Amino acid sequence: MNTKSLRFKITDAFYIAMMIIPIVFGIVLKVVTTPPSEGISITGALVYFSIPMPLQDFLITESQVNSAIAFIVILFFCLYITHGLSEKAELKRQHIAEFIVEKVAALVEENMGDYFKGFTPFIIAILALSGVSSLLTLFGLYPPTSDINIVGGWAVLVFILITYYKMKCGPLHYLKAFGDPVPFLAPLNIISEVATPLSMAFRHYGNVLSGSVISVLLGAALGGLSSMVLGWLPGFLADIPLFRIGIPAVLSVYFDIFSGCLQAFIFAMLTMLYVAGGFPLEEYMNRKAKKEKTRKCVTNK
Amino acid sequence: MELAIGIILGCCALGAGMAMIAGIGPGIGEGNAVASACEAIGRQPESKGSVTTTMLMGCAIAETTGLYALVIAILLIFVAPNLLVDILVETIKAL
Repeated sequence: MNTKSLRFKITDAFYIAMMIIPIVFGIVLKVVTTPPSEGISITGALVYFSIPMPLQDFLITESQVNSAIAFIVILFFCLYITHGLSEKAELKRQHIAEFIVEKVAALVEENMGDYFKGFTPFIIAILALSGVSSLLTLFGLYPPTSDINIVGGWAVLVFILITYYKMKCGPLHYLKAFGDPVPFLAPLNIISEVATPLSMAFRHYGNVLSGSVISVLLGAALGGLSSMVLGWLPGFLADIPLFRIGIPAVLSVYFDIFSGCLQAFIFAMLTMLYVAGGFPLEEYMNRKAKKEKTRKCVTNK
Repeated sequence: MELAIGIILGCCALGAGMAMIAGIGPGIGEGNAVASACEAIGRQPESKGSVTTTMLMGCAIAETTGLYALVIAILLIFVAPNLLVDILVETIKAL
């Protein structure tokens, strides 16, 4: 029972390899394409090539390539973790998969209520995408989440969802919500509506970007300090920035691991709260009941 | 010309520094939030999980204004000088 067939093992190895190959590909691409630079430099994403388009050139940048890497890694991780599912849960990985799904389902149900049970896959997708994208820094890759275009795209997607669920009771009800306490406040309501995706995008991108900027500044400062203090050492020893060993790693635990995971969690949490908070559930249920009543009347006649 | 470029660079740096004054607000706010969360956990240790989650959410939202300031500071340091110097050069050429 415990022995896995050869085919099963080969498929497993293929999935694991496909999780590692994109990351290696990304590292190689980064090493090949990064222009040599003196000292520290803080730059945006590298532009690999641009496709001419009528309105504006379509740029293929580092952040797009790296988010594609994140997609592939997540896809094959999911394939690996759900490979060989069975009712008896013979494999350890099935427990991990069930744990993840159960936790997120409980989170969604706690924050969004029963009506939004179907949101679990979407929330898991956001969590995984954001988390893996931020954690790509651990391999020295440019994190796609520190590019506002990527995070802004997610925020626009969430904004469309929020608006869709607000529109569920008809456009008239949606427009009425803008003049909620007093019609006089409508401009402020419109501003706060627009500020929602803007603040979501800025929050995620600002946190990740500030982490990498501070890391670069600290690395440069430590390099300078060690060349100042240990510059008298003979030979090649003076060129090695000894102070850079170890200290940035402590910061990296906070900025890369903790902050990346926390921002993923917060983005998912805010998505849930905004979508569930914007949806007028009682009104929708009343309307649905009314509609069914009229339909029944019509069919009875 | 050099003077104009120097003024642009200096003012961009000054503006970035001044924008980050906004960092005070989120600092005080998050400090208050964490202090209250510690109090709440001290009073009811069994509610630690939910209090921590809510506190992190609140901290993230309180951080937003500071991050706006950070974004503006980063734009002022890395993006604005190039843009403004380009505009300056073009205006001088046009004259």
